[in-house]
Amino acid sequence: MLENLFIDPTFQFVLFSAAKIAVVFGVVMTFVAYAVLVERKVSAFIQDRVGPNRTAPPLALKIPVLGRFLQRCGIFQPMADGLKFILKEDFTPAYVRTIYFWIAPAISVIPAFLTLAVIPFGSTLGKQQMVIADLNVGILYTFGIVSLGVYGIVLAGWASNSKYPFLGGIRSSAQMISYEIAMGMSVVSLFLIVGDLNLSKLIQWQADNGWLVLYQPVAFVIFLVSAFAETNRLPFDLPESETELVGGYHTEYSSMKFALFFLGEYANMIASSAMMVTLFFGGWSLPFLGKPADSLLGGLVHIGIFIAKMIVLMVVFIWVRWMLPRFRYDQLMDLGWRRFIPIALLNIVLTALGVALFNR
Amino acid sequence: MPQLTDLLFYAFAGLTLLFGFLCVANPLSRNPVTSAMFLVLTIISMAGLFVLLHAFFLAAVQILVYAGAVMVLFLFVIMLLDLKEEERRKLNAIAVGLGSVAVLGLAGVLLRALIQAKPVIAAGTQPVEGSTKELGRILFQSYLLPFEILSILLLVAMVGVILLSKKELK
Repeated sequence: MLENLFIDPTFQFVLFSAAKIAVVFGVVMTFVAYAVLVERKVSAFIQDRVGPNRTAPPLALKIPVLGRFLQRCGIFQPMADGLKFILKEDFTPAYVRTIYFWIAPAISVIPAFLTLAVIPFGSTLGKQQMVIADLNVGILYTFGIVSLGVYGIVLAGWASNSKYPFLGGIRSSAQMISYEIAMGMSVVSLFLIVGDLNLSKLIQWQADNGWLVLYQPVAFVIFLVSAFAETNRLPFDLPESETELVGGYHTEYSSMKFALFFLGEYANMIASSAMMVTLFFGGWSLPFLGKPADSLLGGLVHIGIFIAKMIVLMVVFIWVRWMLPRFRYDQLMDLGWRRFIPIALLNIVLTALGVALFNR
Repeated sequence: MPQLTDLLFYAFAGLTLLFGFLCVANPLSRNPVTSAMFLVLTIISMAGLFVLLHAFFLAAVQILVYAGAVMVLFLFVIMLLDLKEEERRKLNAIAVGLGSVAVLGLAGVLLRALIQAKPVIAAGTQPVEGSTKELGRILFQSYLLPFEILSILLLVAMVGVILLSKKELK
């Protein structure tokens, strides 16, 4: 009876999917914690400071040389940060709209994790494909979920019932909708070339024919800049620009609820880095490693390649944040509507012409 | 034992009806933002129904366009309006009566159509998979004219909105 259950394909599918979801979630959460550390270290380097180098549990310092070294690297800092978020007082101001005030942080985190479901983070491991859901409309699913991300911020701004958060929420909804259009249009040209919306097939195409960033550099630039706007990162962090709006949409939040917004931002950063690796940089493939892995080691190498590419893009996110000043709001809208959308449209037309002339 | 897809169908259909009801007649809250959020949930549950019909493209577009863009703009407008007035508004007996007649009439028509309908998957025709390629082919070959007319309709609406929202016109 029990043996039959384990052979049953449906049960196996559920079991392996659950395992993949658990592992991806765990890895992403660790990544978020250490992305914050990298952010602090990189910003310190750029501003000629040292960055976090004091935190360490007492026992770790007993290890002769390594303990001191890890302390200087700030390896233990994320644990202290996490503990601080949990232990701080969770203060709910009077006059907020309580229900929305509570669910808004959760709504802002969920979409970031849902987008990761369709991203192929490796070729195969054993007999399992290394993607949680191999959808035929992969990219459309991603855009659908990403477009839901705006609700968390808008509701947070509205539920806080005070001026600065409200302005932040309004700004973010306008900004995110505008850049979603440019982002969506930039990837159309990719799919004109490849001819399939499935992300696994997209990667296989890139493994055979070379990375798409070489074919579509314009689309990549538009996608990259739009990704900054979608994740509310500098130079487009107008929803939370602290010099004008105190903290923007999360002004009234404290403790773990604030941490959830923070987590959402970094998870979004990871998701869009993973997306860019998949769309433009060949996913898990390298020019000389294009075949789906047939051994366990090969599968692990492919996952490693994917993560390495993702880390490079995340460092770009962090690097840009500390190098560029913030845009003005009208400049942001101008760039989105009057520059990117026409360029993206032109790119689609030219790509379609190219495909029509050369492929058939 | 019922199939998993059947269970999912009843779950999504039930949720769609429940959220739809809470959107128009929420007994707990008369706040327009709450109504809008329940409309978003209704749209998402309907996308679930599309997925069960293998219409993945339709499901994704449903969420992308309605839940992700149209409803955000709705919310945007509602939040800028004065909500207090809307919450104070009393139920109008005549409006409720007329509304129920309209709803019941429409429900009757749909019910009749449902009862008369027979499963019509004839032998030889394979069920249409809602793949993007197929959809595009049908849209741009068999239904090209209606599609183009719809695009022009949307364009006219867009131009009209821009004209109306510009205050000073020479």
